[in-house]
Amino acid sequence: MTTTRRIAAAAAGTIALAFAVSSCSSGGGAAETLDPNADLSEQTLTVSIWADYSPEDLAEKFEAETGVKTTIVNHTTNEDIVAKLTASADSGIDVAFVSGQYAQALGEQGLLAELDKSLIPNEKNLYPEAMELAYDPGNVYSEPYAWGTTGLCYRPDLTGYDPTSWNDLLNPKPELVGKTTMLSTDRWLAEPALKAAGASINTTDDDELAAAKEQLLKTKPTLLAYDDTTFYSKLVSGEAAMVQAWDGWCNYGIAEDPSIKFVVPEEGSDLWTDTMTVLESSKNKEAAMAFINYILDPEVQTWVAENILYKVPNKAAMEALDPALIEQYPTLGITVDELMEQEGIIDLGEDSLKYVDLNAEVLATN
Amino acid sequence: MTSTNHPAAPVPFLAPGMIYLILFMALPVGLLAFYTFFKRGRFGGIVFEFTLDNWVKLLEPLYVSVILQSIVLAGIVTLLALLIGYPMAYAIAGLSPKWRTVALVAVVLPFWTNFLIRTYAWILLLNNAGWVNQWLQGLGITDAPISMLYTPQAIVVGLLYMYLPLMVLPLYASLQQLDPSLREAATNLGATPWRAFRTITLPLSIPGALTGCIFVFVPAMSNFVIPELIGGGKTIMVGNLVRDQFFEARDWPFGATLALLLTILLVIVIVVQTAVSRRLTEGPRRG
Amino acid sequence: MVDQAAPTTTAMRELEPAARPRAIRKPRGILVPLWLGYVFLYLPILIVVIMSFNASENLFVWKGFSLRWYPELFADEKIMQGLGNTLIVATGATAIATVLGTLLAYGIQHYTRGGLIRAFAIAPAILPDLLLGIGLLTLFSLATVTLGLHSVILAHGVFATAFVTAIVLARMANLDPSLEEASRDLGAGAVRTFMRVTLPQLAPGIVAGALLAFTLSIDEFVIAFFTTAPTQPTLPIVIYSMVRFGVTPEVNALATILLLVSVVTVIAAQRLTRLTGTTR
Repeated sequence: MTTTRRIAAAAAGTIALAFAVSSCSSGGGAAETLDPNADLSEQTLTVSIWADYSPEDLAEKFEAETGVKTTIVNHTTNEDIVAKLTASADSGIDVAFVSGQYAQALGEQGLLAELDKSLIPNEKNLYPEAMELAYDPGNVYSEPYAWGTTGLCYRPDLTGYDPTSWNDLLNPKPELVGKTTMLSTDRWLAEPALKAAGASINTTDDDELAAAKEQLLKTKPTLLAYDDTTFYSKLVSGEAAMVQAWDGWCNYGIAEDPSIKFVVPEEGSDLWTDTMTVLESSKNKEAAMAFINYILDPEVQTWVAENILYKVPNKAAMEALDPALIEQYPTLGITVDELMEQEGIIDLGEDSLKYVDLNAEVLATN
Repeated sequence: MTSTNHPAAPVPFLAPGMIYLILFMALPVGLLAFYTFFKRGRFGGIVFEFTLDNWVKLLEPLYVSVILQSIVLAGIVTLLALLIGYPMAYAIAGLSPKWRTVALVAVVLPFWTNFLIRTYAWILLLNNAGWVNQWLQGLGITDAPISMLYTPQAIVVGLLYMYLPLMVLPLYASLQQLDPSLREAATNLGATPWRAFRTITLPLSIPGALTGCIFVFVPAMSNFVIPELIGGGKTIMVGNLVRDQFFEARDWPFGATLALLLTILLVIVIVVQTAVSRRLTEGPRRG
Repeated sequence: MVDQAAPTTTAMRELEPAARPRAIRKPRGILVPLWLGYVFLYLPILIVVIMSFNASENLFVWKGFSLRWYPELFADEKIMQGLGNTLIVATGATAIATVLGTLLAYGIQHYTRGGLIRAFAIAPAILPDLLLGIGLLTLFSLATVTLGLHSVILAHGVFATAFVTAIVLARMANLDPSLEEASRDLGAGAVRTFMRVTLPQLAPGIVAGALLAFTLSIDEFVIAFFTTAPTQPTLPIVIYSMVRFGVTPEVNALATILLLVSVVTVIAAQRLTRLTGTTR
C-alpha cells in the first residue's frame, strides 16, 4: 500500500513539475538595464556559430580588443542550435548565430534579449535595407552578420552547360543523374520545388506544399546525396557537377577550383540573413553586446567578408572590399538591390511545422 | 542465497546503485513512455494535452516502410555477418591456444579505433573519387567511377564492418567449447569432415550464433550515423527518424514513440532468441 | 597504395606456418575466410593510417611522405579540448560505475533471490543507447538541468554501472564463499566483511570492470550526442562534426594515434596478465 501511494505521489510530483516548467518558460525578453561601464574583462563570452563561418582568430582578436575571455563553439544547423538552446534553461551560450527566421521565432518565445542599441553604435554602418528585414524590423533582437541568397553552384566542365532554372536541378539531364546534391535543412529543401512552381518560399498553402513534396520525391532518386555541409567539396572532387548552395559557400568551392560558377535561378530565390542574437539567459550581456558591436565595425566586417567570402550587410565594409576579390568571387558582387528582389525568409509560427513534416517525409521516403 | 541476519543489511549495497539506475534509467525511459501520450511543443518538449496521435502516426505508410526497411537492412547485415563471421570463428577455434589469442585480438582491435573514424574510412574507399574506384580504373577494370557511396548497399557494408567482431566473439566462444574429441571420434568412425561438422559442430554452435545475431542486429537497427554519413541522407533508418524528431523536427513525443517501438521490437527479438537457445540447449542432442 | 599494402600481407603470411602444425587436421583452405575477414577489417584502417603520412591535403591523392599532420593535430584546439572532455567524462563515469557496480554486484549476489534486480541492474548494457540518450535529454530538459560534462558523466555512469555489475558478478560466481562465512561467523558485520574479505578477492574483477567502463565511455557517441552541451563536446562528437563538415587529414593522424594506443594497451594488458599469472 505505502509503496503504491508513494509511486502515485511521485508521479503527481513529476507532472506538477512538468507543468511548472512549461508554464514558466515564457516571459523574459524585456530590455533590462545594462551597465554601459561594466568591466568587460570580468565577463566571459561563449559564442555559438556555424563551423568555418568565422575567421579562426576571431576570439583572440576580440579578446585582445576588450579583455573578454571568449570561446567560440560550433553548431551544424539552425535546428541543432535551437534544439540545444531550448533544451535547457541555460545552455551556457551568450551569443548565438542563427538565421533570421529563427531569431524571429526565438525572440517571440522570449529566449532572446532585446539588444541595447546604446552599446551597439556600429549599427549605423549597416545598409538601411538591413534595418528593415521582414523577420525582425528595426533589429530588436538581432543584428545581421551576413546575408545572401541560394542558387546553383556548378562546374561548367562537368555539366556541359550553364543552368538557369531550378528545374535544371529538380529534373536533371540524364547525364547529370547521380551528380547533383540538394540542401536538406529547414526551408531550403522545399525552396527549389516551391520556386519552380511559382509559389512563395513562405507559403503555408497545403496544395502548394503537397505539389512541392511530390516534385522533391521525384527528384530524390536523381541525387547523389543530400548535403548541407560539404557540397562544395563534392564539386571540387568531381563527385557532383551541380549542387544547391548558399552563395557564400559556393565561394569555398571557387577558392579551390576557379572554374566553378554560381547562378541565381530565373524563378527567383530567397534572401536569407544570418544574424547575431544575445540569449536572455546570458549573464554576460554587456560583453555580448560589445561582441556584436565589434563585428559590426566596418574594418572587422570587411575582414569577415574577405575571410568567409560572404556578403555582409555593412555598407562601409562592402565598399571597402578589394575589387579584385569581387572579380574572383562574383557572388560578392551581387548588389543590395538584387538581393532585395529575392524573397525574405520569415518564421511561419505554428505553420513552420508544415515544413518540418515535409522535410521529414521527403527524407524518409524511398 | 546466504543468510540475511539483519533486514537492513542489503541497503548500503543495493540502495545507491538502485537509486542511481532508477533516477537515470527507469525515470528517463518512463518519462519517454509518458511523453508518447502528449502533443508536441513547438521547440521541443511537450504540451500537456492528452493524445493517442503519436501511436496512430506509427501506422502511417511512411513510418511503417522506414521501420520495415530498417528491419530488412539490419537483417541483411546480420545474415552477412553470420556468413562471414562463422568461418572466421571456426578457423580461430581451430588454432593453437597461442595463436587463438592473437587472432581474437586481431578481430577486436579495429573496434578500439573510434567508430566514426572507421566509418569515415569507408567514405575514403567508396567515394566516386575514392580509392576503390581509383584501383578499379587503374587496373583497367572500369572506365568510369562506379557510384558506391550514398547507397543502401554502402550502408550495409558500413554496418557490417562496424559489427562483424560482435558476431565473431560469441561464435568463437561457443565453438571453442566444443570438445574436439567428439569430432575426432566422428571422423574416426568414418564420417566425412563435412558430416562431422554438420552433425556435431553446427548444432552445438547455434546458441553462439544466435547471441551473435542479437549483438549485431540490435545496434544495427538503431544506428543513425552510418545511414547519414555513408547513405548520404537518402536512406533513413529508425535511428535517424528518432534523432531527427529530436533535433530537426522537434517532435519529442513522436520521437519518444519511435524509440519505444524500437525498444519493444528489440526486446521481442531478444526474448525469442533466449527462448530458442534455451530450447536448443535443453532439448535432446541430435546425433 | 597497393605497394604499401604488400609488406603487411607478407607479415600476416608468416604467421601461418606456425599456426598450422598444432591445429587439428583440418580441410585445406580453412584459414582463407579468416584472412579475407582480416582484409575486410583492416583495409579501411590501413588506408587511414597510410593517409596520415600523406603530404597532400587531398584525401584521395598520395603526394609523398610527410609527418606534418601530427604536429597539426596537437595544435588543433578543438580536438585537444574534445580529448580533455572525454577523459574527464570517462574518469567520472568510471568512478561512479566502479563504486555503484561493485556494491550492486555484492548486494545482488548476497541478498536477492530471483533475477529481477539483477536484470534491472544489467539492463542498461543492452538497452538501445538511443533510448537512453533521448530519455536522459528529456529528463534533463524537464528538470532544467544545464547540460554539460556533468550530464554526460551521469549518463555514461548508467551503462558503465551495468557493465561493472555484470563483470563483478561473474567474478563473484567463481569465489569461494567460505571465507566470507568464516568472517561473519567470527562476528564481523556485513560491511566489515565486505571491506576486509570480499573486496580484496574481487579486485581483479573490479579492475577489469573499471577498465571496460572507461574504454566504453571514451568511445561512446550516441548518448553523449544527446546529453552534452554544445560548448563541451567530447572527442567522438568533435570527430563527428569533422566528418560531417569535410575531413582534414588531421583526423587520419588522430586515428593512427588512437590505434597505436590501443595496440600498446592490449599488449601491455597481455603482458600484465601473464606476469600476474592469472590466465592459465
